[in-house]
Amino acid sequence: MMAQLTGNCNEMEAKMSRPVQAQRLEGLDKNVWVEFVKLAATYPTVNLGQGFPDFSPPDFVKEAFVKAVSGENAMLHQYTRVFGHPALVTILARFFGKLLGQDIDPLTNVMVTVGAYEALFCCFQALVDSGDEVIIIEPYFDCYEPMVKMAGGTPVFIPLRPKTPAPGKLMSSGDWQLDPAELASKFTRRTKAIVLNSPNNPLGKVFSKKEMEIIADLCVKHDVLCFSDEVYEWLVYDGKKHIRIASLPGMWDRTITIGSAGKTFSATGWKVGWMFGPDHLVKHLRTVHQNCVYHCPTAAQEAVAQGFQREFEHYGKPESYFVQLPQELQQKRDRLVQSLLAVGMKPIIPEGTYFLIADLSDFKAEVPNLPDCEEPYDSRFIKWMIKNKGLAAIPVSAFYSTAQKRNFDHLIRFCFVKEEATLKAAEDILQQWKLKKTGP
Amino acid sequence: MLFVPQRFLCLGIRTQLLKTVSSLRSFRFSALATMASKHKNAKRIEGLDSNVWVEFTKVAADPSIVNLGQGLPDISPPSYVKEELAKAAAVDRLNQYTRGFGHPALVKVLSQVYEKICGRKIDPYTDILVTVGGYGSLFSAMQALIEEGDEVIIIEPFYDCYEPMVKMAGAKPVFIPLRDKKAGNSASSADWVLDPTELASKFNSKTKAIILNTPHNPIGKVYTKEELQLIADLCIKHDSLCISDEVYEWLVYTGNKHIKIATLPGMWERTVTIGSAGKTYSVTGWKLGWSIGPQHLIKHLQVVQQNTLYTCSTPLQEALAQAFLIDFKRMDDPDCYFYSLSRELEGKRNRMAQLLQEVGLKPVIPDGGYFMIVDVSALDVDLSDMVEDRPYDYKFVTWMIKSKKLSAIPLTAFCGLETKEQFEKYIRFCFIKQDSTLDAAEMILKKWSKQTA
Repeated sequence: MMAQLTGNCNEMEAKMSRPVQAQRLEGLDKNVWVEFVKLAATYPTVNLGQGFPDFSPPDFVKEAFVKAVSGENAMLHQYTRVFGHPALVTILARFFGKLLGQDIDPLTNVMVTVGAYEALFCCFQALVDSGDEVIIIEPYFDCYEPMVKMAGGTPVFIPLRPKTPAPGKLMSSGDWQLDPAELASKFTRRTKAIVLNSPNNPLGKVFSKKEMEIIADLCVKHDVLCFSDEVYEWLVYDGKKHIRIASLPGMWDRTITIGSAGKTFSATGWKVGWMFGPDHLVKHLRTVHQNCVYHCPTAAQEAVAQGFQREFEHYGKPESYFVQLPQELQQKRDRLVQSLLAVGMKPIIPEGTYFLIADLSDFKAEVPNLPDCEEPYDSRFIKWMIKNKGLAAIPVSAFYSTAQKRNFDHLIRFCFVKEEATLKAAEDILQQWKLKKTGP
Repeated sequence: MLFVPQRFLCLGIRTQLLKTVSSLRSFRFSALATMASKHKNAKRIEGLDSNVWVEFTKVAADPSIVNLGQGLPDISPPSYVKEELAKAAAVDRLNQYTRGFGHPALVKVLSQVYEKICGRKIDPYTDILVTVGGYGSLFSAMQALIEEGDEVIIIEPFYDCYEPMVKMAGAKPVFIPLRDKKAGNSASSADWVLDPTELASKFNSKTKAIILNTPHNPIGKVYTKEELQLIADLCIKHDSLCISDEVYEWLVYTGNKHIKIATLPGMWERTVTIGSAGKTYSVTGWKLGWSIGPQHLIKHLQVVQQNTLYTCSTPLQEALAQAFLIDFKRMDDPDCYFYSLSRELEGKRNRMAQLLQEVGLKPVIPDGGYFMIVDVSALDVDLSDMVEDRPYDYKFVTWMIKSKKLSAIPLTAFCGLETKEQFEKYIRFCFIKQDSTLDAAEMILKKWSKQTA
């Protein structure tokens, strides 16, 4: 009896001394959004931080959603097809098939996910194992790194390196480039995949065809997969063209292309995303999906399907939302650029997305440099700015690996997919700030 | 084979090119070999690709089939629920991101509803996580708390996703069956019980958790306090967690009471309780669920959330919050939807049971949930011409869909390999269906019984 009791005690102690959570969560508990979204909500701020529009989705999708939920078809409140609502996967296959010049089967080549976020999660869980390396280009949307780690993989980073712009020109996201030799050196026999994000968040870089070809050649040479996060695919400016890497030779068979209704239709709260690719890869993502969330909500999928149908019919025409939104955003971008220049922050002109990075290096800030402080400068700067200026942004060091954070900690990211009043309010804050510093 | 152009006639260059050709060829061979492995799936999903729902919902999608298979209500959700969603969709801000761990309005009302039921304080921000359906909560709990080296006890029959989720988390599922104490003659879900000694034998130092599902899918069992106490005692003794899937919590029929294992002494701190909007409000297509538990467990589920899908749909959460507020206010009133739905379903349950009894079958009347299992072996259908190596119930359902235009789900979809023989004579019917669907089922069953008579 005593032995049994002692045995139980030892067992209990052993269990209690182990942490209750699984090891896969090791080091994944911090999250920039959880922290900064909370801050922006706590203080009265003009919020140019988290990436979401503060204006409405276009009427045609809003109406489609309202119709879907209040229409006669009550079955839109019940489960739909696990891998994607038929109407949605059908139009996605048709729409992107045309753009890629590729036969895309709605049932085997397309899957709908809970936002692009879940599509990314499925990629890593389905295809990355312990011992696999995944190349991540810095700066990167912050979730790539923890997702690779949660899948047991090893992230291998390569930074975009800023080149000095031509004299008299403002720096552009296009001036940030990969060194081809450096990139090639990152591919090893353990490299399973490379994550590509074009247009890039937070920098706004739109990879050129030539740049993509360099990446594609390496993928083909080393037989590496490509997870292509193209959520900002419609938001390209100055006549630039968004290239879909899956359309390059040898790439369809090894690429998962990810998209987002949230970014496409300015409805981030709907959390509808998708991916498409070859069946031999997508089938593994289906396995993850069916063991993770299983179905995605039905009504929003129906609305997104209607949205795409409308855009398919208006493709390339002036009334297409995919034409109008980037036009509108380009103007907002230019306006924010001017506001930042006026106060001495150096904007890096984004070729795409609705984000803009400003360089604080020459900005005489009230926040001192503290070299020994663990928290990166940009994070401290923004916290001060939120509390003292009522303006929110996101620290760019959050988009860098631990090794590189120090090298890129004087950059902050502004989001400009905001209505006029918000941008005007931001402008006013910046003007006031400037006046305070320089005097009348 | 590379084409060697005429102009490279210099021997040296030709040799070089030949070397290049052969090395390219060997590169291609080794590339093909590695290609097979590079495009291969990660180990964690090995063997997890098949899924009963994907198979049977495809088959039953034919509108000429009376679908009593998948748990899909064809009754309408209450109108105020739909109205709240239409209202939410019209508000600009509600079409954008909300708080990752749960929309504030929703987690607040959930904490109010469950505080009332549990009789304890529940912090909306630290003790609750909103997920993509009850499914998403199960996944988050497993990814957060279960790993290689762990064992997880699963009671059979079980909602089919438990096993693959445990495996995907790298752990070992340990099964224990509910046993029919009437030895094949059961008439009620209450006849299906766990053997206490057998259950105790499944717990050991590796047991990280037990998954409890009450009211139970597929049998409809509503665990009694004594049965829950048995499980609780073992959890406490072995310091195991309890993942309590209570998605059918409101659907309990006369004479039964749903008890939350988390309310038993010593259980709150080790239990994650899961709920579902889909089952609560007959809106399975909203895919909203929640996990409720102590902060020291929920915080890990929140970490999973921020690394998997980050946040759930805003307008859906807002609408759900408003619907919950309406019913929270009338929780002491019989008109509350939580109780009125249950009454409606009890009527359907009784009708379904009667239909099956009239054709000579003996359904297991469920005390809760909206499923009913029935032993079909008495019909003695000859399925010998179906050659595929599958359990009897799979073959039966496939045959029934084809020849009777009536669908159900085979019960062996809900058990581990060892117990298939025990359960293969049962099929599961779903009765959360409108009257016209049940009328159509009645016609099929009546015709069927005339044919066999």
